[in-house]
Amino acid sequence: MAIKVADLSKTFSGRPALKRVSLDIAPGEMVAMIGASGSGKSTLLRHFCGLETGDTDAGEVEVLGRRVQRRGRLAADVRRTRSRVGFIFQQFNLVARLSVETNVLAGCLGRMPIWRSLSGCFTAEQRDRARAALARVGIAEQSRQRASTLSGGQQQRAAIARTLVQQAEVVLADEPIASLDPESSRRIMETLARINQEDGTTIVVSLHQVDFALKYCPRTIALKDGEIVYDGASSALTPASLKALYGAEAWDLDDGGDLTLGVNSFLGGHRLQAATAAI
Amino acid sequence: MAGALQHTLPNHRQALSKSLFYAGLLALLAWSWEGAEMRPMALVSDAGNMGTFLKDFFPPNFHDWRYYLKEMAVTLQIAVWGTALAVVAAIPLGLLCSANIAPWWLCQPVRRLMDSFRAINEMVFAMLFVVVVGLGPFAGVLALFVHTTGILAKLFSEAVEAIDPRPVEGIRATGAGILEEIAYGVIPQVLPLWISYSLYRFESNVRSATVVGMVGAGGIGVVLWEIIRGFYFAETGAVMIIVVITVSVIDILSGRLRKLFF
Repeated sequence: MAIKVADLSKTFSGRPALKRVSLDIAPGEMVAMIGASGSGKSTLLRHFCGLETGDTDAGEVEVLGRRVQRRGRLAADVRRTRSRVGFIFQQFNLVARLSVETNVLAGCLGRMPIWRSLSGCFTAEQRDRARAALARVGIAEQSRQRASTLSGGQQQRAAIARTLVQQAEVVLADEPIASLDPESSRRIMETLARINQEDGTTIVVSLHQVDFALKYCPRTIALKDGEIVYDGASSALTPASLKALYGAEAWDLDDGGDLTLGVNSFLGGHRLQAATAAI
Repeated sequence: MAGALQHTLPNHRQALSKSLFYAGLLALLAWSWEGAEMRPMALVSDAGNMGTFLKDFFPPNFHDWRYYLKEMAVTLQIAVWGTALAVVAAIPLGLLCSANIAPWWLCQPVRRLMDSFRAINEMVFAMLFVVVVGLGPFAGVLALFVHTTGILAKLFSEAVEAIDPRPVEGIRATGAGILEEIAYGVIPQVLPLWISYSLYRFESNVRSATVVGMVGAGGIGVVLWEIIRGFYFAETGAVMIIVVITVSVIDILSGRLRKLFF
């Protein structure tokens, strides 16, 4: 199994974010994780590579056959596992003042001797790999620029290039297109799908736009209030079944499931306001 | 709207705490008046004295200007090495003082140590180091080094605590270790501030270096101390002019340099 989660729970100061989640993802799969804001999809994704640790009473996460965490404790060799897992963030998380090339080369950090990484002596082979990765995602010309000078879509492509340099066998993408315009979103999703098909990389991507999930990911895991409410073929998800899962208030599916980014962000904001009002 | 309303109608508790604050401030000033032996009338009654005293400074005597410039250069050299050593020491110590980098059991003791470095003035350190390494500029370098390390470690750690944690998480997700997280995620974010703080401390250290000389720690301060004690006020005037010009030039240059990094 590429990813194996058993009985994982997470409580943030008394409020449960994940409730006894179990799932298996096979190598080479491309899986969408959908759910409204606060449904736990980002939290779950962060547990996969140990950026977050679960509750201490139970729960285990294994990635690529190696334990990442168990009962809220990270495995001692979690860094070895992380070096084989790429992570893509909603806010790109590039280092703004470093060049695009250096940001991408950072993908090598998990697997090089410390004297090389601290002195910035990347090997010729690593630099070639960075160049190839930047060309593959289509931002080779920007490699010398500071990361902060790039547009959001370009920054996210640099983040994808970092996972390529990392030669990641699993890529976890946490809302990679939530801060992007529709055209950039489409390009990012297509790049991820291409990497999945060409390299056989296992990809798990959390989204709050159902239409992107249906279009690019054969399998969808749907979360609601920290629990998996659907796990199966994306093609089996219909407007009616989504309505059954989330109720009419979560997603407006009246026009045949043709969701737009605008409608979703609006509803996201609306739900947030409702939640604040409830507090 | 709500804010404006609060401004026009301050509630009673706010008004009370405000007047208590001012009353406390007045009490503090009154209490300090006694201890500081404030006698403003002395400025008026002794105005004649001051006039004659000031007259002794003019015209300044630049007869020994080569010697003054040489000692001024020594003062600058003291400041350069005092600051350079402090910057090198403050990088690891500043990181160890940062709550978002070091665990609390390391962070707290290092912070207290840096507090004590800061709390004690350069002059006091200079007197101690004169005893240890003897009279001369090296004692001045060590004094500036210790005091400046305390200041820079605090300033550096404040910059580190204000960083955006997300790029660091991005580096961590690649499997990088803590040192690599610092080198690639933290340092690039704080470097402009660190350089700016270091240059600013260099400016301050040029000023301090003129003073530490007075306890025998080398440089123009030694000259100043000797001629003031010998009542050579015309020479004192000349040295003071050299100090003012040097410090101003350093201030302007380093101010320009600091702007480059923002």
